[in-house]
Amino acid sequence: MPSTYTLISSNVLSSTAASVTFSAIPSTYTDLVVRLSLRDTGAGLDGLYWLTFNGSGGTAYSNTFLYGYGTGTGSGRAANQAGIYDLYGLDGSTATANTYASSEIYIPSYTVAQNKPISQFGVPETNAASFSNGMGITAGLWRNTAAITSLTIQSSITSFASTSSFYLYGIKNS
Amino acid sequence: MTTPTAIEINCETGIVTERPLTAQEIAANEGAQAQAEADAKAAEEVATAKAAAKASAQAKLATLGLTADEVAALLG
Repeated sequence: MPSTYTLISSNVLSSTAASVTFSAIPSTYTDLVVRLSLRDTGAGLDGLYWLTFNGSGGTAYSNTFLYGYGTGTGSGRAANQAGIYDLYGLDGSTATANTYASSEIYIPSYTVAQNKPISQFGVPETNAASFSNGMGITAGLWRNTAAITSLTIQSSITSFASTSSFYLYGIKNS
Repeated sequence: MTTPTAIEINCETGIVTERPLTAQEIAANEGAQAQAEADAKAAEEVATAKAAAKASAQAKLATLGLTADEVAALLG
């Protein structure tokens, strides 16, 4: 039976970092999965991070998001952005100590010459009566047909805290 | 203020490099933060307006003589 879910690379931060890039991603898989355990050094219970591919900025990214937390829900869209914004799944420094948001990004057909959709979900965590754990899901798109060879995850608060972890997996369809 | 750091993990070699963010990257991050705040604010405004409209509709239905249960059944 083939191994279809393989760890390509990982990193647990030993110091703070505003961005983390996986580069030289092999083209030998069908899909990519990024699993994240994130906390930020900036104030706040929760927050957002964002994603770019191949070091590309410009205006070729868009997203549609839904979120819900203890006191509210929301949704929105953003088009023609410099990255896939509004990825909910980041604990701020105000969250309960030593808690991390869990998050996953799925990137299908990352080497195929077509635009690149992604799906993401994230669940910040803190242990407070006023903030039952929130959750968010985002659909994103990079309008570019190039194969993805690198991806960069960036905090929308300040910097990812030390011990935040980043795992990149490859999935084969056979 | 310390310059934020960028970390790159080369999947081929396993080599991890750290460097300070460039001015361009810092500007991009600031732009992303502003956009994230704007998107969240817009989503909150839509949700608030929707809740206000629902409350207004509930109040108007109540003045027509509908019970709270009947209003809830209508609006979900």
